[in-house]
Amino acid sequence: MNTFIVAGLLLVLLGVAYQRGWTKSRALAIPEGQRVHSRGQYHGTLVVLWTLIPALLVLALWAFFSPGVAHWYIVSQIPNEVLTSLDQTGLNQQMQRIRDLASGFGVAGELRPFEQEAGENLARFQLLSFLIMLAAAAGLGVLGLTFAQRRISARLRARNEVERAISWLLIACSAVAILTTLGIVASLVTEALRFFTYINPLDFFFGTVWAPKFSSTGTGDAGQFGLLPLLSGTLMISTIAMLVAVPVGLMAAIYLNQYAHRSVRRIVKPVIEILAGIPTIVYGFFALVTVGPFLRDVGSSIGLHVSATSALTAGLVMGVMIIPFISSLSDDILSQVPRSLRDGAYGLGATQSETIRNVLLPAALPGIVGAFLLAVSRAIGETMIVVLAAGNAPILRGNPLEPVSTITVSIVNQLTGDTDFTGPQSLVAFALGLTLFIMTLCLNIVALYIVRRFREQYE
Amino acid sequence: MTSASFDSAAERRQRVRAGLARRHLGERLFRGFGVVAIVLALGFVAVLFTDVLRKGIPAFTQSNLHLEVRFDPELLKVDPAPIRAAGQSDADFRATRLAWERQVAMLNWNNVIEAALRAAAPAGFDIDSRQILTIAESDGRHRVRELFVRDPGLLGQRVNVDLLASANTDNWVKGNINRELDDARQQLSAPARALIDIFEENGTISQGFAWSLFTNVDSRSAPAAAGLLGALMGTFWMMLVVIVLAVPLGVGSAIYLEEFAPKSRLTDLIEVNINNLAAVPSIVFGLLGAAVFINWFRLPLSAPLVGGLVLTLMTLPTIIIATRAALKGVSPALRQAALGMGASRTQMVFHHVLPVTFPSILTATIIGVAQAMGETAPLLLIGMNAFVAAVPGTPIEQATALPVQIYLWQGNENRNFFEPRASAAILVLLVFMITLNAIAIFLRSRLEKRA
Repeated sequence: MNTFIVAGLLLVLLGVAYQRGWTKSRALAIPEGQRVHSRGQYHGTLVVLWTLIPALLVLALWAFFSPGVAHWYIVSQIPNEVLTSLDQTGLNQQMQRIRDLASGFGVAGELRPFEQEAGENLARFQLLSFLIMLAAAAGLGVLGLTFAQRRISARLRARNEVERAISWLLIACSAVAILTTLGIVASLVTEALRFFTYINPLDFFFGTVWAPKFSSTGTGDAGQFGLLPLLSGTLMISTIAMLVAVPVGLMAAIYLNQYAHRSVRRIVKPVIEILAGIPTIVYGFFALVTVGPFLRDVGSSIGLHVSATSALTAGLVMGVMIIPFISSLSDDILSQVPRSLRDGAYGLGATQSETIRNVLLPAALPGIVGAFLLAVSRAIGETMIVVLAAGNAPILRGNPLEPVSTITVSIVNQLTGDTDFTGPQSLVAFALGLTLFIMTLCLNIVALYIVRRFREQYE
Repeated sequence: MTSASFDSAAERRQRVRAGLARRHLGERLFRGFGVVAIVLALGFVAVLFTDVLRKGIPAFTQSNLHLEVRFDPELLKVDPAPIRAAGQSDADFRATRLAWERQVAMLNWNNVIEAALRAAAPAGFDIDSRQILTIAESDGRHRVRELFVRDPGLLGQRVNVDLLASANTDNWVKGNINRELDDARQQLSAPARALIDIFEENGTISQGFAWSLFTNVDSRSAPAAAGLLGALMGTFWMMLVVIVLAVPLGVGSAIYLEEFAPKSRLTDLIEVNINNLAAVPSIVFGLLGAAVFINWFRLPLSAPLVGGLVLTLMTLPTIIIATRAALKGVSPALRQAALGMGASRTQMVFHHVLPVTFPSILTATIIGVAQAMGETAPLLLIGMNAFVAAVPGTPIEQATALPVQIYLWQGNENRNFFEPRASAAILVLLVFMITLNAIAIFLRSRLEKRA
């Protein structure tokens, strides 16, 4: 509700600002017939900017500080003897009660003597602080408006100023990508470091047993956090996925690129690319409900024990998911190989398949390796398929027909529903995330480097 | 030339001819592998879609009970609804009305449903009241009560009402339960099963389109009434956040990098960084969301706002890369012409270059948003998998999303009933994604022609 009021007021103010700037600009231009440096829109926009930025600054400051101030105010409303008797959870509950009273929501149970008064005080305080904020934002906005309006003259370079503002805005947009990376690294590293205060990094990276104990959260016995069983499961599933995706994807790309008639290619290529657009939860469900039981039945008919959820199930389905990834990347790379190389081979009397195997593929190899690495990184980071179909058995073993667990599965298991990062049980998710991030980052950098390097060879 | 060299030439020809057969075989084999790969890939697409369709389509129909419900005054001992007396104040009337509604809520509405079921059964059919109630879904009593609250004049009347059959009934009717199993392993008792068969024959139970799938929220107590509305709204709010944030940020960032940024170490770093972000596993973005948005900024758990923010950060690189590619494709002549006419750099970009690339940017955006819509893993880490039985009215209320709802339903213990439901939800999700992609393709072909 409050948000709508603020947004509405702001919009009205901005409308007025634009109107003022534009009118003044026209007033300059028409009667005196002088050459005005910038057009009316730019003057209007400039006034809008001068109004918007101070108001937004006030709003941002308020949004940043108001929770803290409200917290401080509520605590100040609780009598000292009550305050000392409460622990953290009790204090939070007490504060929620007062907030509920202030918002008119009401509370259950008997009112303590101070609560009613505190609630009323809080309601008054909130209203007052909201009004002050509103007044400050509007006041500064109007101040900016008048100042900017005064500045408008025939020689004011409004367009240049607006353009400078736009370019700062664009820079801010690009900064988001960097901030995201910084955010990822900062959150992963700080939380992982906190995890390593509980668990020795050596035990984490070289431990062979994964057995986090949830029952003993907060006690000394946290369980064992060995990465190796998860790593082996991850690598096993990725390997199976690659064994499916690379031959099928590569051959499909070669066929579409070299043999297929244009009309066939036009239909088949997008159909294969549909596989890339399917959400991974759908693959996971498909693996769990259809592929797993199918493999189990096939296995038992030839006297082999295959678990319905296993590394094989997850790997096969993940391979299907990666096929379009490999095929379209390889297709692009094959198309980049210069025609002259191929024609040379044909001229020497090579058949089409010999040309492909002996000329085209070697020439395209670095690019294909790059695509392969990107696909591996995607397989390592894939989550929903393995959550549903890998079986979640974090045990170090080499049989792909048995259930395994992966790094991503463990992240989901350790963190789902638990966002109070107090013990190693939830913090370990960040150590796992950091491991995953570094692994995929290395693969991506190497892959991008190879792909780029290769491209330049022909340009 | 000597005869020897002729011989060797003939020999060579011989050798080449002999090798040719082998080489042509190799050629055919290689080509065959290619065909096999294509067939395999297309086969996977076909199997996946037929499997989901086969499993999901039955869940779009639902067994309904057509009952004649009698609001029997004997069963419903309730005071007449309060009528507003002259001069009664608003608050007073509301209080008496609330007291009456409370009284209505306390009544045992199951009795009414039981009576209606018995009336539909053949005379003298022997079944106890707990068993007969398993035929109807447990939300039936709320629906009958609501009818009464809306129109208290129904007391003593008979009304035709359509209620949902229970999940077990639905399974039995659709043949998802093995009828040969002995009683101990059946969800429904023997008389209840017999009665369902009778109901099916006399038309009391029939199949209809499962509207409740789209009009209800998820439910634990009444599985047959569980629907997608909450998840759809949650997804809607998230996509709104993504569109509002990711599109301007992504396009702005691409414009800066492609048009304004000086070619320096820093911009090179940004470029590498964005390419890498595009390949960071989605679950890592979930960790980012859990740590930064929820733990540091204290944003609410399970809120579409947080989900939308996480998905925005995930989608940004896709939009940036696609937009940059589109900007790169604009011919330099256009830029030079604009600059030559005295336009500033900003005017050149915003008035001339952007409009030309608009179709490509739009397409890339739609595809990016569609991808974000199917993402599940990061949402699990920020609590979007909590059970929510309400339609979120704002982006900061607890909600779930469509793909997460699929995850929750596939994990439900009542697998016989929820596996088809999950498949149906998948179909809904796929329809959305295919629609979005189709729109993208349509817009591109349409707008590109005009440009």
